[in-house]
Amino acid sequence: MAMTMHCEIASSEARLFSGRVESLVCTGTLGDMGILPGHAPLLSALIPGPVRLVTQDGQEQIYYVSGGYVEVQPGVVNILADTAIRADDMDEVAAEQAKRDVEEAIANRSAEFEYSRAASQLAEAVAQIRTLQQLRRKLGS
Amino acid sequence: MAVGKEIRNQIKSIKNTQKITSAMEMVAASKMRKAQDAMQLGKPYATNIRNVVGHIANANPEYKHEYMGERPAKRVGFIVISTDRGLCGGLNINLFKATVGAMKTWHDQGVGADLCTIGAKGGSFFNNFGGTVVASVRNIGERPAVADVIGAVKVMLDAYQSQKIDRLFLVGNEFVNTMTQKPTVHQLLPLQPSDEAEFKHHWDYLYEPAPKELLDGLLTRYIESLVYQAVVENHACEQAARMIAMKNATDNAGELIGELQLVYNKARQAAITQELSEIVGGAAAV
Repeated sequence: MAMTMHCEIASSEARLFSGRVESLVCTGTLGDMGILPGHAPLLSALIPGPVRLVTQDGQEQIYYVSGGYVEVQPGVVNILADTAIRADDMDEVAAEQAKRDVEEAIANRSAEFEYSRAASQLAEAVAQIRTLQQLRRKLGS
Repeated sequence: MAVGKEIRNQIKSIKNTQKITSAMEMVAASKMRKAQDAMQLGKPYATNIRNVVGHIANANPEYKHEYMGERPAKRVGFIVISTDRGLCGGLNINLFKATVGAMKTWHDQGVGADLCTIGAKGGSFFNNFGGTVVASVRNIGERPAVADVIGAVKVMLDAYQSQKIDRLFLVGNEFVNTMTQKPTVHQLLPLQPSDEAEFKHHWDYLYEPAPKELLDGLLTRYIESLVYQAVVENHACEQAARMIAMKNATDNAGELIGELQLVYNKARQAAITQELSEIVGGAAAV
């Protein structure tokens, strides 16, 4: 029987593959690389591309990852796949968006924030009324 | 019969409210199960990336990343994860109390805090309360995605890199069980090396490309995955808390209906008795 290693492909939202494989080929930043059991410890970034692996029973499976990292230890391969499509400028846009939300929220203060304040005051008033009612019932009976 | 019309109306309106709360309870129960599944799905990634980062932290690569070194705290950052919607009991308020408590501890040492809120409730609370909110994300919805938190996390990581903040904390609810959700404050940066024995070794990875670029990306992913996990967990907490809150509301409504029904029956009985005695009195007079 051929030598195998444990392989796990996971993204932060789901586990894609877990099991023993004979070999694995993935797309690193410097080109395709094949990994066989007993490989030296390695940490590499992946670019979007297929991950081809041969499972224990000789079947070939292909997964697509949109980037991520591969960690190799002699008996283990872990692929940490990205789910989101990543690019520096896209991250920048997302960060800008997060900052803008705050500014907009402050600008629109009168609408939403006043509402939530009113809602909490209302809840307080209702609680006070309830307490009064209970007191009254207790004293009345 | 005119007796107790107001009471009857009140009973009817409470019954309607009860229907709504019991429906919400059932919806929350089914959503909670889904949210718990989502929590499990993300676990393998989180464990793997934590192991990798744990190895790196102990492997002493030639390049020491700035996320790993301590520096004196002049200003701290908090990522606060709250829900988008209300009606979930004391979940958010307990979380905000924990946040404010942690902020106060730092404040007493003369250290200010920057906040990044995820979820609409946190955003509005800290705008009213008067925290420095530098980034906010709202309306994440039922199925949080990593893409939702990238922007907010980047703002805080950039702030850490440009030395605007010297510590970064994550505040979120921990899902203990359906009845209990515990607010926790967890330090993200600088990374705390784990003491686990399995990482005490002397081999190091081959890095491809250079360690610096690789670690930059990997550590960012690590922080994002922690935040994402916390968002997913908080979502499960939200549904569980809502389920309990709605169950209590339904029970209370039932109690209230019982009491009102009693009052109504008494009033009705009194009216009948009075009518009867009037008839009897009238008959005796004739």
